[in-house]
Amino acid sequence: MPSTLFDKVWDAHVVRKIEDGPDVFFIDRHFIHEVTSPVAFLGLENRDLKVMYPEHTFATADHNTPTINQHLPVADPLSANQLMALEQNSAKYGISHWGLGNPKNGIVHVVGPENGITLPGMTIVCGDSHTSTHGAFGAIAFGIGTSEVEMVLSSQCIMQPKPLKMRINVNGSLGKAVTPKDVTLYIISKLTTAGATGYFVEYAGDVFEKMSMEGRMTVCNMSIEMGARGGMIAPDETTFSYINGRELAPKGAAWDKALAYWKTLSTDAGAIFDKEYNFDAADIEPMITYGTNPGMGMGISQSIPKGIDLKGGTATYEKSLAYMGFQEKDQMIGKKVDFVFIGSCTNGRIEDFRAFASIIKGRKKAEHVTAWIVPGSHIVEAQIKEEGILDILTDAGFLLRQPGCSACLAMNDDKVPAGKYAVSTSNRNFEGRQGPGSRTMLASPLVAAAAAVTGYVTDPRELM
Amino acid sequence: MAYDKFTTLTSSAVPLPIENVDTDQIIPARFLKATKREAFGENLFRDWRYNSDDSPKQDFVLNNPIYSGKILVGGNNFGSGSSREHAAWAIYDYGFRCVVSSFFADIFKNNAINMGILPVQVSPEFLIQIFSAIELDPHTKIEVSLPNQAIVIQATGASESFEINGYKKNNLINGFDDIDYLQAMKSEISAFATARAV
Repeated sequence: MPSTLFDKVWDAHVVRKIEDGPDVFFIDRHFIHEVTSPVAFLGLENRDLKVMYPEHTFATADHNTPTINQHLPVADPLSANQLMALEQNSAKYGISHWGLGNPKNGIVHVVGPENGITLPGMTIVCGDSHTSTHGAFGAIAFGIGTSEVEMVLSSQCIMQPKPLKMRINVNGSLGKAVTPKDVTLYIISKLTTAGATGYFVEYAGDVFEKMSMEGRMTVCNMSIEMGARGGMIAPDETTFSYINGRELAPKGAAWDKALAYWKTLSTDAGAIFDKEYNFDAADIEPMITYGTNPGMGMGISQSIPKGIDLKGGTATYEKSLAYMGFQEKDQMIGKKVDFVFIGSCTNGRIEDFRAFASIIKGRKKAEHVTAWIVPGSHIVEAQIKEEGILDILTDAGFLLRQPGCSACLAMNDDKVPAGKYAVSTSNRNFEGRQGPGSRTMLASPLVAAAAAVTGYVTDPRELM
Repeated sequence: MAYDKFTTLTSSAVPLPIENVDTDQIIPARFLKATKREAFGENLFRDWRYNSDDSPKQDFVLNNPIYSGKILVGGNNFGSGSSREHAAWAIYDYGFRCVVSSFFADIFKNNAINMGILPVQVSPEFLIQIFSAIELDPHTKIEVSLPNQAIVIQATGASESFEINGYKKNNLINGFDDIDYLQAMKSEISAFATARAV
């Protein structure tokens, strides 16, 4: 029987099927960070359990870390305490730990792929919903809770019912200034924030086939924002050449063996999905969100849709617009912007900074805009410097900060003040996400750059 | 045993008829800095519940003494967004043992069950009936029976059955958890790992 990419990877990891229950599901790679792991380690202690395979777990500090003066002690005692707990727990159980100051440190979903830890056909989990990012490599990757972190540490397995399967096909040619972020915001705006709950998504079609690995990561990253546990893309030559030569990727004979397996990882012709969507690339324009969930997105040249036309409840829609200070049918273009954030596991990779710089170059930061430019890792930071992007940023009046999750969830000091508007390349525009009372508009690095130099929501096509 | 056993719960309920309640609202990120599972209930729905000067917002349901109970009734798509189990911890620590909605986000649902909170998914029509019953009488009792997989509005007698897989149901009724189960099959897991050898 023809099977899907998802079935092939899932079924290869089922240790035991429980009748009228979940599958006991084996995990190949486990990432941990400082926020969702300490209680899991406490649980191990309380039950007197060990870490079963410490070599399959990788720790990085990212959620809480400051993005300036990382060489100094972390000022917030609670953050410092969490970072220390991660370091101590990692040392105690023999887990690789890339803490602050380590050259490999960075956002978990950036450093995993760039160091060759993330590979096709793997199962990958982390106590972070954007673990879906790693699906870009043809892996089954998804976020888990802290109880499940404890399960993976103690048994390398979790208990999961197999999700339903969805395929989203996007074919055709993307227009000017339409980036992978716009593709995903478009899809989520069509499916809504709960449209893929209960499903695991495969992205297919020539738009994804032509997309770079970094673009695929952006798309898979946002899968959770329509409720999907994860999203994946069949590995191909683009995937293999990205992985080849990375530090922890297989080498020599192991590479050849792995590659032969990876080449079997695609959906067979005639395989059945529980749900399938088709979109035309030509219908997608640069996107921006106007509301308080990622499904509330629109083409940047459009006006805010009427609540009555949306699938969600109108009460939620009105609450959302009131929070944002917008009215239905408003144009988004021309709205004043106070803050711009480029970074996060969604758009914190080198291609994102290249795109940002392409618009910044030769222009100046708008005076009233505060901009946070935050690379996803030290490796990305080094690339920004080597490629001359730092010079472009500096000439335009921008400051490059140090790696971390930063203003995406505002656990550190990078908080947008109440009532202020931010154009952000991150993944969530929930109420208060970027600081209590903050108002977030999600967009691509190009839209963020256009806002950063004009100080208003601006169509990036006009600056290209 | 990791949590209280769950069999039948009869309680008044707290209504929160808002759709797409995300886990950032249930507990904002700035309250995730603890290294122990303590006192998360204080910050449950922090920014909906308190003003920036920490005074209570009078119009938020948790600040209204008319409403109380161990059951939280939420709007459609409850618990979307971040995987933070702290959201389930905050709900539990506040005193809720059951969350009712017409639709739950996957990760939240798992997290809730893993710590002994029963997520009960009802039809959109039944959810409206529950909200109406609470509006009519804030002290009205809702009965949730896990053994019978049924939820009953006692005032009207209206009831509906709900789904839960047999394995999780058994865990909740007996206070077992997944870690107990996995520890009991370690040799099978290690044989599987050896055979995979990735």
